[in-house]
Amino acid sequence: MALNPKAYLAADLLAKTILKKPTRDGYGDGVVEAGKKNPNVVVCCADLTESTRSLAFKKAFPERFVQFGVSEQSLAAVAAGMAMAGKVPFISSYAMFSPGRNWEMIRTNIALNNVNVKIMGAHAGVSVGPDGATHQAVEDMAITRVIPRMTVIAPCDMHETRKATIAAATLAGPVYVRFAREKTPVFTTNKTPFKIGRAETFRFGKHATIVACGPLVHTALLAAEVLAKKGIDCEVIDNHTVKPMDARTILASARKTRRVVTVEEHQVHGGMGSRVAEILAASLPVPMEFVGMQDRFGESGNPEELIEHFGMGVSAVIAAVRKVMKRK
Amino acid sequence: MAHAHDKEIARLEEIANDIRKSIIEMLLAAGSGHSAGPLGMADFFAAMYFHVLHHNPKKPHWEERDRLILSNGHICPGRYAAMAHAGYFPKKELLTLRKFGTRLQGHPERERLPGVETTSGPLGAGLAQSAGLAYAARLDGKKWRTYCLTSDGEQEAGLHWEAALFAGKYRLANLTAFVDRNNIQIDGMTEDIMPIEPLRAKWEAFNWHVIDCDGNNMQAIIDAVHEAKAIVEKPTVIILHNIPGRGVSFMEGKFEWHGMPPNAEQAAIALRELRTLGGRIRAEHE
Ligand SMILES: Cc1ncc(C[n+]2csc(CCOP(=O)(O)OP(=O)(O)O)c2C)c(N)n1
Ligand SMILES: [Mg+2]
Repeated sequence: MALNPKAYLAADLLAKTILKKPTRDGYGDGVVEAGKKNPNVVVCCADLTESTRSLAFKKAFPERFVQFGVSEQSLAAVAAGMAMAGKVPFISSYAMFSPGRNWEMIRTNIALNNVNVKIMGAHAGVSVGPDGATHQAVEDMAITRVIPRMTVIAPCDMHETRKATIAAATLAGPVYVRFAREKTPVFTTNKTPFKIGRAETFRFGKHATIVACGPLVHTALLAAEVLAKKGIDCEVIDNHTVKPMDARTILASARKTRRVVTVEEHQVHGGMGSRVAEILAASLPVPMEFVGMQDRFGESGNPEELIEHFGMGVSAVIAAVRKVMKRK
Repeated sequence: MAHAHDKEIARLEEIANDIRKSIIEMLLAAGSGHSAGPLGMADFFAAMYFHVLHHNPKKPHWEERDRLILSNGHICPGRYAAMAHAGYFPKKELLTLRKFGTRLQGHPERERLPGVETTSGPLGAGLAQSAGLAYAARLDGKKWRTYCLTSDGEQEAGLHWEAALFAGKYRLANLTAFVDRNNIQIDGMTEDIMPIEPLRAKWEAFNWHVIDCDGNNMQAIIDAVHEAKAIVEKPTVIILHNIPGRGVSFMEGKFEWHGMPPNAEQAAIALRELRTLGGRIRAEHE
């Protein structure tokens, strides 16, 4: 087992019985902690208080909870105003509507103004499931990472989402954190290091590098385990900060393995993998494969079957590694 | 005002009840989805598909058809059920709702199911598309009308009111909007979450003709649509005051049923209530 001992991953990492919880739960816990530390933290929500998990904050600090109704555009713009007056607003909705519907308010009123608003996007990815394509945000990282000054984070499990939420509160400037609806493995621990802008190597390997973000980091680890049994040794990087991306860690790994596969629950066009490609193309062009949504919309179904159908499951990661290994 | 015959009203009420039963069966089979909204609007869907709309279920792309835009896409089980009962597709397909590969997506998609007209789910965008349809129809001198159902939660969205301004400015009398005024949204009652009253005065201020209507009264719905057609100088909005979850006692009026399907036991109770019309008649198969 080539797991990084300093990553302090859960002992039952690969077990089928591993505890599963939605990453949004980590936001709920984290934003309450952020609220305890900083009295200026306010939570703004647009008629999705329970499902985004902003409810925990509403219960802890009712006087600092602001309800907008179905008004995501004012959610972003009002929050910008609050931030100008010294507040640290966390705005929460589904990723499709924030940063989807209200993108230009985020770009201009928040980022161009350089004010301290944290955009918390729930229900990202096709794993939203039966609600279908209209609610499955698979473009959110592309539209946020393209905005100057924006920090973009896609945490891999509940613990990491909690840490990202707390860290976002202390970082000056706009931050986007995406999280998911579905329960996914809780495979990091309280001790797993987390720092915005620093990718964590979860598994060491020498044949190929898998750079993943979000709950699919766990999928990448499962794929690496299968491949290891076939003699292919993969490095697995938890690349949670999509912007600013940790070029050093990625380049160091690519220099070693000379082969890179990116894995994300997002359009491959403009997503995390695109940024990895930009970094590698600039100084270390190596063969790459991209696991993610291949320029398609999602659809209704249960989360597992959609992940499989759109080629983002364990078998798809294995196939991508095999393919990249064959390339020169 | 044109009154439909009592017999016609009774027929439509029976269809509305069948739509409600289908909604319960669909949601039970899907295991997720929205209960309150579709049940509250079952009378509306029955009125539209079986009395108001000029349409041909066998030719969903017929150019002269009236357009019905469902802006609050999450209540699509009501629309799907009405469409199946009207003959757009087999009723047994209703049980594929929200499942992988289905044409009946969790939120309706124009590219998948002929007859749904537009993709919806993200709230507040239906009225603008309806205004575009109505504007284009008038440019071409077409007789077909555009109807758009919006929810009361959508009255909180900016885009929706931009469209209201547009339709008011251009006096789109061939456009009729409806508001599913059931007083609920996800987090609670609309007047607690984001008050939208006085709603009538808002629409009047945007240069619309406004009709308040009992949205669970078939005759009232049909009369209101007739009135809207008679107003030729501005667009009309019909505020359908209705009870969310209508027809299922334990769902009625409860925002908690916004996005929850019944479990098997609840579905059985719901279907029994619908079969007996809330105990007013005896079920045939008890
Ligand atoms: C733009 C947008 N924001 C948020 C949502 C999530 N959402 C879906 S339904 C809904 C409640 C809106 O209230 P209403 O349509 O009146 O619901 P109902 O009466 O059917 O319970 C919300 C906030 C959405 N679909 N679209
Ligand atoms: Mg409502």
